Parts: sequence; C-alpha cells; structure tokens
Amino acid sequence: MREQAIHWETDGTSRVPFAVYTDEDRHKKELERFFYKNHWSYVGLEAEIPNAGDFKRTVVGERSVIMTRGNDGQIHVVENVCAHRGMQFCRERHGNKKEFVCPYHQWSYSLQGDLQGVPFRRGVRQDGKVNGGMPADFDPKDHGLTPLKVATRGGVVFASFDHAVESLEDYMGPTILQYFDRLFNGRKLVVLGYNRQRIPGNWKLMQENIKDPYHPGLLHTWFVTFGLWRADNKSELRMDAHHRHAAMVSTRGSAGQATGQAAQVTQVSSFKESMQLNDPSFLDIVPEPWWQMGDKMPTAVMMTLFPSVIFQQQVNSVSTRHIQPDGHGAFDFVWTHFGFEDDTPEMTERRLRQSNLFGPAGFVSADDGEVIEFSQQAFETKPEHRMLVELGGRDVGETDHMVTETLIRGMYAYWRKVMEA
Amino acid sequence: MVDMNTWFSIQQLYADYASALDSGQWDLWPEFFTEQCVYKLQPRENFERGFPLCTLLLTSKGMLKDRVYGIQETLYHDPYYQRHVVGAPMVRKVEDGRIHSEANYAVFRTKFDKESTVFNVGRYIDTIVQTPDGFKFAERLCVYDSEMIPNSIIYPI
Repeated sequence: MREQAIHWETDGTSRVPFAVYTDEDRHKKELERFFYKNHWSYVGLEAEIPNAGDFKRTVVGERSVIMTRGNDGQIHVVENVCAHRGMQFCRERHGNKKEFVCPYHQWSYSLQGDLQGVPFRRGVRQDGKVNGGMPADFDPKDHGLTPLKVATRGGVVFASFDHAVESLEDYMGPTILQYFDRLFNGRKLVVLGYNRQRIPGNWKLMQENIKDPYHPGLLHTWFVTFGLWRADNKSELRMDAHHRHAAMVSTRGSAGQATGQAAQVTQVSSFKESMQLNDPSFLDIVPEPWWQMGDKMPTAVMMTLFPSVIFQQQVNSVSTRHIQPDGHGAFDFVWTHFGFEDDTPEMTERRLRQSNLFGPAGFVSADDGEVIEFSQQAFETKPEHRMLVELGGRDVGETDHMVTETLIRGMYAYWRKVMEA
Repeated sequence: MVDMNTWFSIQQLYADYASALDSGQWDLWPEFFTEQCVYKLQPRENFERGFPLCTLLLTSKGMLKDRVYGIQETLYHDPYYQRHVVGAPMVRKVEDGRIHSEANYAVFRTKFDKESTVFNVGRYIDTIVQTPDGFKFAERLCVYDSEMIPNSIIYPI
C-alpha cells in the first residue's frame, strides 16, 4: 500500500481531510479492513430466497457473492469465484438452481459451495492408457467455493469473509440492536421491489449522509415544510460503543410554520410556507403499533450499520439501502423496499406511495446523491484540504437533539482507529 | 386495429409529449394526462418479477403537478437537458374506446460542460383515451432497461 500521506489538523475528527475520499490505495485498505475482515456486511433479506435452491447474486465490498438457500432450508453465502480458474461464473442476479456449474470447464458445486464434479478428474482412457486427469492427491474437499460466515436476524442476512468475526449481535451492540429489532421484529418480510442508482462519490459519503441530521431540515423542503424531519422535532442520536453504527431517531412535529423561539427552524429558504400538495396522498401517514418504543413513538429511525447498509424507517416507508463500493470515487446504491406479511392492501399502497419521497428520483433523496457527487468533485481537485464537521462541538457522544455532527465525528474516530492501526 | 387518422393522432400525441418534455416547460407535462391518471417509472426488473415498487408512482394529475413543483422549487439538482427519441407506436388493442399502445424510448442527458450520455432507455406502455381536449394518457408506464440510474432522475421521462 502506498496511499498518499494524510494530514489530520487535530487529534480529533472534527476536520476530515479530503484525502480520505480520493486515494485508490487507501480505498483498497478500507476494503480489506472494513469489508473483508472483522465486520459483517449486509447481503439481503431471507424473503428474497424463500425456497430451497433460490439464490441471489450480490456483493460484499467489491467481491461478488451468492446468497443461496440449501435443501435443508439453511442460508449460505459463497464467493462467486470458481475454484478452478477464478471465473465469476454466476451471471444471473436471482433464480433457482439445484447446483452451480461454472460453464468454463463445468466444475459443479452444491448450493453451499462444495465441489461436486470435476470433468476428466481421473483422466480420459484411450487406446488402453489413461491420459491426464488431476493428480492423485487432488481432494475436492479442498476446492469448494469460498464460504462466508452467515448470520441472520429478523429476516435480514449478513455475511463475512472473516470466520473469526464476533457475533452479529455483539457487532451491532445493544443500543443499535434494539432499533434493529424494532424494525425487524420477527414478522415475515415481503419484498416490494428494487431501485438501483450509481452515485459518483466515495462510499463513506453515504454513511455520512445518514449520520448527518443537520441537512434534512435544510436541503429537503419536504421534510422541513411538512414537519417530517426538522431541527425542532423531538429526537435522539444513538451509537454503538465503537461509534461506527448509529441511529437517528425523530418524532414528527407539526407541519407548517413554527412560532416563538422555534421559528428559526422555518426561517430557512427551503421552508415553503405556502406549499400545498395538490394530492395529499403522498403523505397519508398512518401510525403502526411497532413504532412504539417504551413511551416513545418515533416516526423516523435511520440506522447506519457500518460499513455496508442503511435501514430506513421514514413514517410508513421502510427499506434497506445497500452500499456497494466501486473504486474510491463511486458506489452503487441498491434500495430494497419491503413491507410485512400482515400488511393490509391499503398499507402496501401507502408504503408504495410514500416511496416517492425516497430512492433515485425521491423528493427527499434524489438531492442526496447530487450533493455527494458535487462534494467528490471538489475533493478530487484539492485532496490536501479538509472539511469541517464541528456543529455541536468537536467531541463524540450521544445527544437528545439533532443540531450536531457528532455521528460523523464518531464514525471517523472509529475509522482512524482501524486505519491507523 | 385503428384507422389511419387515429394512428396519426397517437403518433402526434407521442411526438408532442416528447417535444414538451425536451422543452423544459414542466407545466406542460401534466396536461397530457387525465385527472385520474397513473404515471409510473419502473425498473424492468420490478416489472418483470411482479414487484410493485416504482421509482416514481403518481396516481393523479395532482401528483404530477406536485412533481412539477418539486422539480421547480424543492429538488436541488444539477440542471440538465434531456432529449427523447421515441419509436413508432404499436397499438396492441382497443377496448371500450381505450387504446393500449406501446413505444420504445431513449432519453439522452446533457449536463453543462459535459458530453451527452444515454440516460434512460425503455418502453412506454400506455392507455390512451379520447377527451374533449383530444387524446390523453389515462396511464403511462415507463419501464426502463437501464440497470443503474446515473445518480438521480429529476425530470419526467
């Protein structure tokens, strides 16, 4: 690794060097340390592969993997790299198979990746002699597809190349786990569909976007005008002990103009006092019992699980957002919207209509991709510079408000610990 | 299936729609639809696998107007030109005066100081009805092949 030198202006992380986003060698080191060792990555939902033989191709970091359901109902994740010549043999994105066969030389594998067949392994008999074949000590057991460690919880599937990784529960930590379990509380999930976008910016910027409660009430007119996410909403910012994961928790306040001291939050240019929807069904919000947490009823919980995924609850719209890096300067962002098995048809309709706010064309998400692109453009032109994340101070800690960038500082405290080790 | 005049009117509707969207006069867009219209922009993957999720799902003319307001007033984005190239309409069937027709489309995007790129490619699956103001879309479903949206889609397809 010969990454460019990096200069942090302070001991803390309130000034993040542009160089953390611009260097290909540093990016490879991140993949190694965050995606391939010691961490869990999101790979999908159990509901995507309900039956034996079902599979879905996806990625962990930049490596292609296949999530399968074996004949025993167990979920397996194997790397999409043939043990023979290394070809990424699985080209379909989903389907159902009895086994995997690499077409190049027809090596075949079971659904859990065990090597089953090698053509001409014992040679080809011709004119009384045996030609070729694999060496006598060739043992198929040593040449399966690379298996990943798998953990499932609440219908969500995670995988890790690192078989020594801590348990998924320890990885999340008790604080984040309670928000995870609130959303994925054991009900069967129903996949509503996908949206895929390619964002020309460093993958960490998407984690930061959902660790930044400062921007939604400013950049996103819909949030501030309709009270969905606003600086005067009752809110909490929570983190795991390592400060790598976070939950931004908010309860919808009043729509429209704020009064008194709170009026500052609606004196921003993105607040549109006169904005009226021609069709209010975009915001036909119906509270659901599972939102309840103790005496609170959060209307939005945005979870960042470092490094690979975001779990979204924004009123009735729930989704997973998978971050799939591709080099230091771009990532693919895959949204899987879902509902629950006990949803009424009206609730499904409502989730689908509210999904207009999110995704690559969403009223409050399309511009997140745009600002990430324009940030990356600037980073590339002057990697020696740095950004400022000092709202709410320079330290890292949980808060009972959202006027702070503490979660971004927390993520970089963890990043420094791992990358500088 | 339809007479020459009808086919000509459908062709004209498609051409007018493309021309309006390429002009950047967004207020023209909802006027191609009926009051109770459905406009969907959906990945081919979802369409073919029977998943209902859309990238945009608008189920009334009012919602289209709200989208126009979003484009003009609320969605921060890099401005771009778009250019629609629409193939010849194929009328699939006519039922109770509702014309079911399809056409391929390609949309090119040009940002300031940048080259033109293929932005979104797919087909329109439409239901067209006659109204006192001429042919309008009761439904326009845009099913796109493009696997990766290049960052974001702001303007209508």
